[in-house]
Amino acid sequence: MTSHIKMDERVERDRLAEMVQAVIGKPLDRPEGALKVSGAAPYAMDRLPANACHGVLVRATVSNGTLRDMDVDAVQALPGIRAIIADDRLLRNPAQGMAGEAPIQGPKDIAYFGQPIALVVAETFEQARHGAQALKLRFEADGTAIVAPDDPKADIETPEDEQDSTGDLDAAMQTARHTVDAHYTTPGHVSAAMEPHASIAEWNGDRLTLYGSYQMLRFNRAELADALGIEEKQVRILAPYVGGGFGSKLGIGPEAVAAALAAKALGVPVAVAMSRQQVFESVMRRSETDQHIRLAADEQGRLIGIGHEALVSNLPGEEFSEPVTQATPFLYQGDHRVIGHRIARVHRTCAGSVRAPGEAVGLTALEIALDELAAASGIDPVKLRLINIPQKDPSQDIPFSSHMLAEALEEGAKRFDWDRRRSEPGAVRDGEWLIGMGMASAARVNMLIESKARVTLNANGTGTVETDMTDIGTGTYTVLSQIAGEMLGLPMDSVETLLGDTAYPPASGSGGSFGAASNGTAVLLACEEIRQQLCERLDCDMQGLTLKDGHAIVGNRRIALPEILDGSRLVGEGHVEPGKAEETVRQATYGSYFAEVAVNAITGETRLRRMLGVFAAGRILNPKTARSQCLGGMTFGIGMALTEELIHDPRDGHIVNRDFAEYHLPVNADVPQIDVVLLDERDAWANPLQAKGIGELGICGAAASIVNAIYNATGIRIRDLPATLDKIIDGLQSRTD
Amino acid sequence: MNTDLMVNGQAQRLDADPRTTLLDALRNYLHLMGTKKGCDHGQCGACTVLVNGRRINSCLTLACMHDGDEIVTIEGIGGPDDLSALQQAFIAHDGFQCGYCTPGQICSATAMLDEIAAGWASHATKNVASLPGLTVEEISERMSGNLCRCSAYPNIIDAILEVAAGKEQS
Repeated sequence: MTSHIKMDERVERDRLAEMVQAVIGKPLDRPEGALKVSGAAPYAMDRLPANACHGVLVRATVSNGTLRDMDVDAVQALPGIRAIIADDRLLRNPAQGMAGEAPIQGPKDIAYFGQPIALVVAETFEQARHGAQALKLRFEADGTAIVAPDDPKADIETPEDEQDSTGDLDAAMQTARHTVDAHYTTPGHVSAAMEPHASIAEWNGDRLTLYGSYQMLRFNRAELADALGIEEKQVRILAPYVGGGFGSKLGIGPEAVAAALAAKALGVPVAVAMSRQQVFESVMRRSETDQHIRLAADEQGRLIGIGHEALVSNLPGEEFSEPVTQATPFLYQGDHRVIGHRIARVHRTCAGSVRAPGEAVGLTALEIALDELAAASGIDPVKLRLINIPQKDPSQDIPFSSHMLAEALEEGAKRFDWDRRRSEPGAVRDGEWLIGMGMASAARVNMLIESKARVTLNANGTGTVETDMTDIGTGTYTVLSQIAGEMLGLPMDSVETLLGDTAYPPASGSGGSFGAASNGTAVLLACEEIRQQLCERLDCDMQGLTLKDGHAIVGNRRIALPEILDGSRLVGEGHVEPGKAEETVRQATYGSYFAEVAVNAITGETRLRRMLGVFAAGRILNPKTARSQCLGGMTFGIGMALTEELIHDPRDGHIVNRDFAEYHLPVNADVPQIDVVLLDERDAWANPLQAKGIGELGICGAAASIVNAIYNATGIRIRDLPATLDKIIDGLQSRTD
Repeated sequence: MNTDLMVNGQAQRLDADPRTTLLDALRNYLHLMGTKKGCDHGQCGACTVLVNGRRINSCLTLACMHDGDEIVTIEGIGGPDDLSALQQAFIAHDGFQCGYCTPGQICSATAMLDEIAAGWASHATKNVASLPGLTVEEISERMSGNLCRCSAYPNIIDAILEVAAGKEQS
């Protein structure tokens, strides 16, 4: 039996609050923790069968053109080589998130440098790698390819439905007492999940089993089947452990299709793991952005106008474009507004989702601009934000579902000792270090995605949750077990959550911060269905049923679940769909960041000394895993502020820094002991859990707090991220001169 | 070619292509899948194992160079039912999220604590003539060869500090 809800209205009852097991909202350890810390959790490549062959992808070394010829014979003569796969079904790039169909296929038409064009398969990895490196290729290059979005010859699209304008911003800028009018740029970024993309494909007749590293299995199954030209029901994907995603594993990738084709051709399992360089080159990058921001404010700092116009890029034919301005329409007040969005078509690695597409870079630029307005108007940055919080969504004229930005700002300022900040830049010095404090707001849209789950109350009184949902480090195993434990009155060690298998009911998948809330709702509904069945057996109504510690309590009776079940088991399915609530109210999560930096007065090097994040995301299902998500998001922000930058060769667009020696992720020593505060909130418009997404909130604007702290430390305003020392040192010299 | 290794206390004879890295030998030949490949270039630390008691990136060395060496992988540090103090502390402090870098972090931390105990200095050591302290700065510096994109760094520090404090007491 299925319990179903479509989120058209706010939920009237807080069902979790009516339960008594008291596991929800507790900082419980991850149930899969022991497997992970002992190396026993099986990630995709850990499933390697003894008889598997290894495949290594071969890349294009032109950015636009045609593959004319490959010297197949020479490579086939090498020891151990089993096949060279150059099938027309190979993928140009991974599918975009939630595509549900194959992306552009065909390895012969080259659209970017690094595009996978063939797979060399051998008995061992060493043989396959050598074969892939030895394969001679002949390309016919189109030398006129545009590889940079600022190339004057670039084809720029201006989609009509992504432009918006109300009032008269130009006039507001003329009459405003305080204005900011500046361009901000962010470079390309990569997700850089620690586990490179990997797939092992194995056929049994016309049925394919794929061990992969993917975030959204129901979509990935459809994408893989479509790419191969077979039915979805012939495909099973397993991804119970995923070594990080951050958007990079939303859509099926080239290695999965290549492994499947090779395994079919050879009749043995084939394993294909991308090298780190291949992940950089052929998996989604976050587009670089150029953002023109205009702010117009009155004498008191009240915003009367906001303009936010972005230029991003992607390959020809790709639908995704970085939604830079996503939070701008609702974050601050202002009657006169302009939203602009343009897309340059360039021959660079495909652009797609990287943690918090949109707000991660868009809110960062907006929050640097707010800091500029604070400096220009002499108003404290925290106060400036507080006085500009709108009462309702100013662009759609609809109410907010819940809104705790003011609380986050005030709580953060108090905890960080913000009142100790000196507002004039360069006022605090510690030896050769200039010290500054900065802050920014956090905001991220909240989403609900259709999701299903099955829960079984077993005859022995334990519970089992089954869904094709993934845990990419987000804590899915933990929070789904907590929801089921709370709803069925089971201690955590009596609940088993099984994930990452398309044989289970289809879930939302992990992405867009919607996983826990969407799939958690499906689990809650499935448990409601089981509670209903228990009521029927006990001849009571739902109100009269209490479940705790594996027992049902009805009236003055306390009965162990196995006794009620009497050898049978109860199965419930839950199904949630988004509905009108998305349009009736504006749903978002909010927060604040505070950062203290030390900038070396001689070298321009920035060290982050302290950082605090305060976040409100509805009910926090597990404060331990939620806090970890926020730490991770904020650390992405540290990288964005200080070190992370994809560099493309201006001649052919290839990624120059395609490994971790050259693309600098924050390391342990770059990250201080960050403080995270989670505010207590419920959002009855979001879902029956009253929880909202938290996986991406911590990155949205985080970098701005650091860049703003650099300004406070030095008086140097960085508008082009990252704030590397070369951009700071010139300003330091002019200050000393 | 043949290489004799002592892996987690067990003698293993490896017959592998001389191009095989120690990492690929552990995984593809000895089926010890706990050691992870994150970059294959010594840039991420996910493949950290102990060789004769010292931590190294197993992707940066060929298996055939280790004839007679003693190798300890995460499987040798503790299984799911027999966790070391560090492994338990990583769980309690949520010193991981996706878990992929975790075996490398734990192998690295295990050896790192021995390095501090032996008095090895680091970039963070204020006075190299004195013994390094068990401080956030020292541990953070010494763990910076192990990337964690989920960024459990602050939790990893807390986990290591807890275990280090326990060791000092005992």
